[in-house]
Amino acid sequence: MYFESFAALISMEGHGPYVWFSYGVGIVVLASLLVAARRRRAQLEQMLKAAARREQQQNKAAVTGER
Amino acid sequence: MSFWTYFHKWGSPRWFYQFSGRLMPWLAIPAVVLLLGGFAWGLAFVPPDFKQGNSFRIIYLHVPASAVAMGAYMLMATAGAIHLIWRMKLAAMVMKSVAPVGAALTFLALLTGAVWGKPTWGTYWVWDARITSVLILFFLYLGILALQQAFENQEAAAKACAVLAIVGAVNIPIIYWSVEWWYSLHQPASIKFVGESTIHSSMLRPLIATLTGMYCFLGWMVLLNTRNEILYRERNTRWVKDVLTGAGS
Amino acid sequence: MAMHPQRKQRLQIILFILVAVAAAAALLGYALRENINLFYPPADIVAGKAPLERKIRAGGMVEQGSVQRATDSLKVRFNITDYIAVVPVEYEGILPDLFAEGEGVVVSGVLGGDGVFIASEVLAKHDENYMPPEVSAALEKAGTTSVYQQQDGKAEKYGQ
Repeated sequence: MYFESFAALISMEGHGPYVWFSYGVGIVVLASLLVAARRRRAQLEQMLKAAARREQQQNKAAVTGER
Repeated sequence: MSFWTYFHKWGSPRWFYQFSGRLMPWLAIPAVVLLLGGFAWGLAFVPPDFKQGNSFRIIYLHVPASAVAMGAYMLMATAGAIHLIWRMKLAAMVMKSVAPVGAALTFLALLTGAVWGKPTWGTYWVWDARITSVLILFFLYLGILALQQAFENQEAAAKACAVLAIVGAVNIPIIYWSVEWWYSLHQPASIKFVGESTIHSSMLRPLIATLTGMYCFLGWMVLLNTRNEILYRERNTRWVKDVLTGAGS
Repeated sequence: MAMHPQRKQRLQIILFILVAVAAAAALLGYALRENINLFYPPADIVAGKAPLERKIRAGGMVEQGSVQRATDSLKVRFNITDYIAVVPVEYEGILPDLFAEGEGVVVSGVLGGDGVFIASEVLAKHDENYMPPEVSAALEKAGTTSVYQQQDGKAEKYGQ
């Protein structure tokens, strides 16, 4: 490591707030892109599975209704 | 197989879904490793700049965010053009998928630039050609996101967005050469395509890592979003039902 | 590679739109270049191209040996140069950390009739060279300020 101590890494000779704020926001923004995509996927899966179940039940009802 | 056969195969959402599923780990793993590793490298292991000191460490986020925001725009405009010319639906889905990622990266570029500007230039913001043209890029992305929402009809939305994306592509060379064409506060590029880069090799290596990582991240996010879009639009097809009930992947 | 004529036509329309928009942007950029330029270089100011008594920006390198600081206040005087002409600047306030002789600055303020620029803000303009302090020290020892400036042989962007 370039810095002599953990405290020196955090303070960065006074530039710490600028640097750490930038990276903090950076990580949050990048992570939220990933989370948003994952959430959308989960939501789609739920929606499509529910639709498939409904369809199956309707088919079953149609079959039993015929008897 | 001729070029056009390939081209049409690429246009098949089902084929693309399956292909992208295999491709994704090859983008996701390098994205995470190169970004997190490169950030740690740049934050803690690289020496500070001889003039700027430690504030220069913001470069490892600022430059990849800016470069990939511009690269993403070119991808979006190209997808838009392909959609307009060949009426390829998949291209419209890719175009729609790039926009939020590009907007987020442009926001990061502007924010990190402002935060970096304070300790180096002495100001968060200045209306110089580079910064203003990147702000225009951000508005173009927001415009495309808004336009997408404004239309009920998916096809009409795609066409309008494609036209805006193509017209806005003119801004990309303006951003790139703004620091050469006009007097600006922002310095010219340090990584040069022709000639030697003006950043010391010990500082350049982590930058190449985060730059590559950010491109992989863009690819990863675009694939995730495009796959979601494919599932939604093809939700009534047999193959999507099979994918979700586990009959296939 | 044969292309469907209709698609070819659509491609041509897109290319035409791109060329037209690029041409419009180029004309706009050229017409507005005075406004798009963030600052006037000293050569233009000395040649009388910059307006007087109006808020403008000037940019250049701080001339070596020109910085004079007042002992009792934050007043400072220095010259900026593009290696063609020199403009004296007066400023009162805190200077950015990167302010130094031989470094780039962009000052905003008003150009007086006497040719002295009264600055209300001083921004540091840094160049595109990044290197560790040890490398810079080694270069200085070897008698060159920057390995890169030697390579391109052009004295910054101000001297155009």
